[in-house]
Amino acid sequence: MKITYWLNGKKRENHIAPDTMLLDFLRTCGCYSVKCGCETTNCGLCTVWFDGKPVLSCAVLAARIDGHEITTLEGLQDEAREFAMYMGQEGSDQCGFCNPGFVMAVLAMVRELHNPTEEEMQDYLVGNLCRCTGYMGHLRALRSYMAYKQGVKA
Amino acid sequence: MNIREYIKVQSLAEAYELNQKKSSVVLGGCCWLRLSPNRLIGTAIDLSGLGLDQIEDTDSGIRLGCMTTLRQMETSPALADLTQGALQSALRHIVGVQFRNLATVGGSICGRFGFSDIWTLFLVLDADVELYHAGLMKLREFADLGTTRDILTHVILPKQNRKIGYESLRLSETDFPVISCAAAISANGVDCAIGARPQLAELVPGGQHMLQPGLTEQTIAEYARHVADSLHFGTNLRGSAAYRKDMAAVLCRRVLTKLAKGESR
Repeated sequence: MKITYWLNGKKRENHIAPDTMLLDFLRTCGCYSVKCGCETTNCGLCTVWFDGKPVLSCAVLAARIDGHEITTLEGLQDEAREFAMYMGQEGSDQCGFCNPGFVMAVLAMVRELHNPTEEEMQDYLVGNLCRCTGYMGHLRALRSYMAYKQGVKA
Repeated sequence: MNIREYIKVQSLAEAYELNQKKSSVVLGGCCWLRLSPNRLIGTAIDLSGLGLDQIEDTDSGIRLGCMTTLRQMETSPALADLTQGALQSALRHIVGVQFRNLATVGGSICGRFGFSDIWTLFLVLDADVELYHAGLMKLREFADLGTTRDILTHVILPKQNRKIGYESLRLSETDFPVISCAAAISANGVDCAIGARPQLAELVPGGQHMLQPGLTEQTIAEYARHVADSLHFGTNLRGSAAYRKDMAAVLCRRVLTKLAKGESR
């Protein structure tokens, strides 16, 4: 079946099988930031944006993106680099495997929540698992990044 | 997983007709679809083109289209108001925002999942469901109906004067619940539902006697024990039947104690 969609701002068309999952499809499109980390639909590593909203691409049928916009980390390089600097400064990442999904969730949160409390940030990001760290570095990076972002907005 | 044909339907009539075949499946948010890799689906029916993702606030209740996502519900001020925050308590532990942006209310109800926080809460909210062919019925009647080839189009939460609370016990923040409890207090008495028993949530209606002599520490404890005693519990990896039964009484007591003190959630 044929789908027409926007990937990182570019209109594209493809023929797909009806049971293709978006995760696998995006990797065939060269978006290697999108990875499968759990097989149980709960690690957050495969997070992409569907019409601007963060979703688990492992649970979306590629057929459903027909007429919609998909954004992956590949389409947000400048913003991702900006946040990655904060993660690097705080030593947040160890193996780094879960970073792409986490960054996609953080950048979605910055757009969706206005001046979130630490509890609200944790609630928003709890669906992104990291098996190396205890999340403390992530939270330090978030605090300084959010303070910087709010300074920019103000 | 193997889907032979994917059809984004143009009408509910088309969806209903396609769904009469045993090999057909109506897609919800598709969150658990990949967990059955050997499942063969003849026709995957997609309702996402029918505008069924709306939350309608009317005088008598809130009507949710079946494709409304859990995240839409969670962020709706009207639903927060109607459930006094209990809906947020029930939804916030379900995997993560990315999951709740996909999972739909229709999929949650039709999946009849034992672990469903939504079933637990919606039973005490006295929810109605609207089916394309069978029409309107109570959610608890829908529970007895068993799996159906009908299409669930809407879920309606009536506006009633009552206090509502929700609690769940989980091994970790975003795991399935070991046990969950929702309760509502109205002029007619106390309703309580226990979910993740681990079977489908069940309602224990009408604790009328609770109102005399009112909600006290003792009457709440007695009622909570009565709720736990009137239900059947089972054992699985997350907990034994005996543990679940004890914890059901604890959660019921906690919810009612908070409601009696006038705290929301």
